[in-house]
Amino acid sequence: MSDPILELRDVKTHFPVTQGFIFKRHLGTVKAVDGVNLTLGRGEVLGLVGESGCGKSTLARTIMRLVPTTAGSVVLEGKNLTGADADTARELGRKMQMVFQDPYASLNPRLTIYATLAEPLLVHRMCPPADVPARVAELMEVVGLAPRFMQKYPHEFSGGQRQRIAIARALALQPRIIIADEPVSALDVSIQAQILNLLAELGRKMNLSLIFIAHDLSVVKHISDRIAVMYLGKIVELGPAADVIERPQHPYTRALVSAIPTPNPDTERARQRIVLPGDPPSPINPPAGCNFHPRCPHAQEKCKATEPPLIPGEPGRTVACVRLGEI
Amino acid sequence: MSLLTVNDLRTYFHTRNGVYRAVDGVSFSVARGETLGIVGESGSGKSVTCYSLMGLVPQPPGRIESGTAMFDGVDLLHCSPAESCRIRGKRIAMIFQDPMTSLNPYLRISEQLIEPLLIHEKLSKAEAIRRGLEALEAVGINDPAKRMSLYPHEFSGGMRQRVMIAMALITKPELLIADEPTTALDVTVQAQILELIKKMQRELGMAVIFITHDLGVVSGLCDRVQVMYAGRIVETTDTRTLFYQPKHPYTRALQRSIPSLQPKGSELYTIRGMPPDLSKPLPGCPFAPRCEFAVEKCITTPVRLTEVAPGHSHACLRAQLGEI
Ligand SMILES: Nc1ncnc2c1ncn2[C@@H]1O[C@H](COP(=O)(O)OP(=O)(O)OP(=O)(O)O)[C@@H](O)[C@H]1O
Ligand SMILES: Nc1ncnc2c1ncn2[C@@H]1O[C@H](COP(=O)(O)OP(=O)(O)OP(=O)(O)O)[C@@H](O)[C@H]1O
Ligand SMILES: [Mg+2]
Ligand SMILES: [Mg+2]
Repeated sequence: MSDPILELRDVKTHFPVTQGFIFKRHLGTVKAVDGVNLTLGRGEVLGLVGESGCGKSTLARTIMRLVPTTAGSVVLEGKNLTGADADTARELGRKMQMVFQDPYASLNPRLTIYATLAEPLLVHRMCPPADVPARVAELMEVVGLAPRFMQKYPHEFSGGQRQRIAIARALALQPRIIIADEPVSALDVSIQAQILNLLAELGRKMNLSLIFIAHDLSVVKHISDRIAVMYLGKIVELGPAADVIERPQHPYTRALVSAIPTPNPDTERARQRIVLPGDPPSPINPPAGCNFHPRCPHAQEKCKATEPPLIPGEPGRTVACVRLGEI
Repeated sequence: MSLLTVNDLRTYFHTRNGVYRAVDGVSFSVARGETLGIVGESGSGKSVTCYSLMGLVPQPPGRIESGTAMFDGVDLLHCSPAESCRIRGKRIAMIFQDPMTSLNPYLRISEQLIEPLLIHEKLSKAEAIRRGLEALEAVGINDPAKRMSLYPHEFSGGMRQRVMIAMALITKPELLIADEPTTALDVTVQAQILELIKKMQRELGMAVIFITHDLGVVSGLCDRVQVMYAGRIVETTDTRTLFYQPKHPYTRALQRSIPSLQPKGSELYTIRGMPPDLSKPLPGCPFAPRCEFAVEKCITTPVRLTEVAPGHSHACLRAQLGEI
């Protein structure tokens, strides 16, 4: 990709697992993110999917530098964030903002909408203090809220409206990248549609790059240019959104896609579902070789031996499966 | 012959801020062996409808204002505690979104699992344990003998959900009420649980009421669907008709706002406004204020759920009159 805005180079985020409060016993390491390489283009929407616990949120938090990186580097507009001094890192960090799943928990209940949106503007000196009220009104309009609600508190808004406020707050610092971690999972379909339209429109109008994390593959396919599929801390498939969902190449992606119930009774009843056995395994002691081999219907001896690298698949696609082409 | 027939159920919540008509005149029936889906957005009264049947509505603030729910000749809303005990938890079982609603964190799985057998079937402990092992095996839990002595927190989310299903099905109920049992689970685990419910249903011939807000889940699982809005049923029909020939504007709007039914990247249809305040009077159609087809009479004229074709009923005045 020519001139990506963000680049992840072999990023690892591991957490120690300990037992006991006073005499901590080291039990192992959670390899929540384990060697991720990824680029994000300017204005691109990248979808990130995978089962619970596969490391999506940890990857987002790693990019935002909310958790320390164990290894590898996060490069924003050509500058390495991992090695930067605190001031540079903060200035660069402003360009990335996050929106969370729970619009109830992510807003301070004691602050009015005005205070919520004015705070980042003042702290980061985004405009002269006298212009703050006008800027807050503008932000509210951008996300489709009437500025006359400025003096209201979060509890006076519905879930969808609160998510708009959270998005407005993320936009206050004029970021170049927004990382949205399950931004619509807690919302009803009718409200979800409004937020998806809003994010897509903001991306287009402001040439924002967006990393969009969600469980719902149909939502991710709808909004994303490319999709990355994660399994146990690693990316197992990456490619154009529609292709990945319509013609998945990795056995895990195939199982994931086949598990989604489609709102279409005729196709739904006719199709053969790949039901994966068991639960997603624990990232504490991940299986050797290919992480997915214990649940994979196509696993062979060689899958247990070597960790599969990401290799080119269909055009624009990379897939981490040594049996690609055979299955 | 229906297994369950609910007629004009009204469940209101009397709070300091007013009376919330959470369920406001709901009538439906479920036949033996049938799967009925209930869909609708958050707050539309899906759970309260089922809680009312199970006697789980907190009273106060809740109150069942009117209605009957006939289950095999017994009115669930007005039966004696002894009758209730013979039916609820035995012939009708319920499972929830959060398995910890039905699992006690302080008791071993074994004790919780066999309790209904000791109470309802008066089995000996050894016999109950044997049935418990069978039940765990049936829901796909490996090594049940070892797992039975564990506590709920020692299971993963998907396994807890399976234990809860095993518990609900251990008395071989005739009706299972499932309130969003897969909403909190990964799609891969959801697929396992849905297959499990279908399998158990085939084996036991039980009827299922399945509450969900996921139209995808409905399409593969349910024979019939009813759509709820603001405490009322606005449309009910067989699953194929609901998807291919929906009549009520709310059902149609819901479908237009799901990404998977729309071209990729297209602007999604959004329903303007918000669901109504259930404590305010709503003389006409509760969806009228948000409906793109609404005219004056929709807001003022009471509308009834009316059968428009065999097995297909809806509550849209204009569609009933053939105007839209
Ligand atoms: N601060 C932490 N300390 C220890 N382990 C952690 C920490 N944060 C996350 N983990 C572990 O890392 C793994 C990945 O978690 P993460 O929250 O990134 O998953 P996720 O893909 O976002 O899942 P979900 O879909 O449920 O949100 C999990 O096993 C989790 O328990
Ligand atoms: N204990 C209670 N006290 C007051 N109001 C209540 C109580 N329980 C439910 N309600 C109200 O009843 C209405 C219907 O709630 P219900 O839980 O049935 O909705 P639902 O359709 O199941 O929604 P969801 O999809 O969010 O589960 C809501 O407006 C809710 O606020
Ligand atoms: Mg997460
Ligand atoms: Mg509910």
